[in-house]
Amino acid sequence: MDLNLLKRRGPDEWHISPRGKMRVPGVIYASEALVRDMDEKVYEQVTNVATLPGIVRASYAMPDAHWGYGFPIGGVAAFDPDLGGVVSAGGVGFDISCGVRALRTGLTVEDLQPVKEQLADALFHRIPAGVGSTGKVHLDRHEMDAMLTGGASWAVGQGYGMHEDLEFIEEHGRMTGAKPECVSDYAKKRQQDEMGTLGSGNHYLEVQQVVQIFDAEAAAIFGFRAGDLVVSIHCGSRGLGHQIGTEFLKSMVMSAARYHIELPDRELACAPINSEVGQEYLGAMRAAINCALANRQIVTHLVRQVFADLLPQATLALLYDVSHNTCKVEEHVIDGTATRLFVHRKGATRAFGPGHPDIPPALRAVGQPVLIGGTMGTASYVLVGTEESMTLAFGSACHGAGRSMSRHQALRQWHGRDVVKELASRGILIRSPSMRGVAEEAPGAYKNVSEVVDAADDAHLARKVARLEPLICVKG
Amino acid sequence: MHPPRSETVQGSWEHFPHQADVGVRGIGSTKEEAFECAAQALTAVITDLGSVAPTQSVPIVCEAPDDELLLVDWLNALVYEMATRRMLFSRFNVRFNDHSLHATAWGEPIEVARHQPDVEVKGATYTELSLKQDEEGRWVAQCVVDV
Repeated sequence: MDLNLLKRRGPDEWHISPRGKMRVPGVIYASEALVRDMDEKVYEQVTNVATLPGIVRASYAMPDAHWGYGFPIGGVAAFDPDLGGVVSAGGVGFDISCGVRALRTGLTVEDLQPVKEQLADALFHRIPAGVGSTGKVHLDRHEMDAMLTGGASWAVGQGYGMHEDLEFIEEHGRMTGAKPECVSDYAKKRQQDEMGTLGSGNHYLEVQQVVQIFDAEAAAIFGFRAGDLVVSIHCGSRGLGHQIGTEFLKSMVMSAARYHIELPDRELACAPINSEVGQEYLGAMRAAINCALANRQIVTHLVRQVFADLLPQATLALLYDVSHNTCKVEEHVIDGTATRLFVHRKGATRAFGPGHPDIPPALRAVGQPVLIGGTMGTASYVLVGTEESMTLAFGSACHGAGRSMSRHQALRQWHGRDVVKELASRGILIRSPSMRGVAEEAPGAYKNVSEVVDAADDAHLARKVARLEPLICVKG
Repeated sequence: MHPPRSETVQGSWEHFPHQADVGVRGIGSTKEEAFECAAQALTAVITDLGSVAPTQSVPIVCEAPDDELLLVDWLNALVYEMATRRMLFSRFNVRFNDHSLHATAWGEPIEVARHQPDVEVKGATYTELSLKQDEEGRWVAQCVVDV
């Protein structure tokens, strides 16, 4: 990105002054090097989002921002319903509530060594991953609606996991306001056999090792020590979310003129929050959030079963579950007044600071855990929300490394088998049904996650707590 | 049912870069052919097109207010059929009737070991969406797909 387009307001804060139809400024939080590497399309997309009706304060981009659809991936924007604000299917994306959860195993890396290969094989065998895979949970119409209303809470009721898990999931594991009747039969059919599956692309299940602690106080509250084993699960709302995204994008593109909304890009498809289409989308999108929460809950149960067989002393308590692609109603202070806003996070993590009532009591004093997924060859990070974050970007932070290379380029540059071999020589076991998929997800195809996380920390969006490195990675 | 030879696609397809995902582009002497080739490009995101035997046929009908939206609908209909039937498709026959599309897709059930499908397509997007004729009069149909 051309730095001349931006005004630097701090070491990691860059502003785009409102021009043309922009209603608010654009703000990018990133280091100079990261901004330089960002595609010009990120600039275009941040400014396009700033033109949408009812947007408040600014259109934000996180340090991992890259060219998305409509919104940049790593985009955050909030809308006020009383100012004609909109909800955007494009601003949430196709993989609704795709997210990450982390589980403390209560084990150390020494415990893993004797069974590492067996554990990798068993996780790969037990957790359905990749294109065309199906889960063991098949839902009929009635059960589907119960799942879409109940989320992870429904899953616990069905015997998947423990009641204690729910406290450590955003929305306590159940998004209120879900309307299964707004979810099409097509979307439900697409989900019928996909509960408890990882999916493909950048989704993964990893066994990781805590290699570095940056913030001893927060780490103690999170229950992390160097050498600890952690399980991270990255997946979303599967076919149901994809289908809802697809259908509402179309209906919002078609209804835009009716609501006098001028779309600078059709992918920004949106509808007024206080409109029939807007309300139907919110009902369906919330159902998809519940689907993602239930899905990660079922996968968690499968992981616990595998550990029970091979490492029965493992405890596998949930640290936290965060979602990346959502629109949520939150209260934020605008011009000194607490205001109810519809906050869109597209490829961005909620990162509430200490004391926020939505954070579980056990973690509230320090802030919300922010789980940042890396690549299968580098590292993941756990951060914590800061007080400043609430005023910087509505309590949001980055969500991952972000690709630096297209899938096509990656496929030309690497062979899956070579990637697996190279990582094995570094002690990282990869299990995947597709070697093509492994090549496309090669660590070299991503930005440096440490640089992204450092920028988030420097900008005070979230503070670094721990660095985790993969030991086993099941790739979809 | 096998696709009749006369209806075998004559155009070409390609992928174009998008930072996180993939752009699919079909090029043909007619709009129909461009749509058929874009569908081939879609399959090629997932697997080697040549590995998919066109042994089973699936009928597809979609409708949209304009041809560009119809292209996205067509690709999304294929995404849906791939997901719910757990199939991959390699040959296509597309016919237009005003604002509706009537098509047949030929393919086979996914076999992970043989097809090595690398990624499932979540949906076709309106990003970089266009349907137009190039200087040589060929139809070019394209958009980015989310994977």
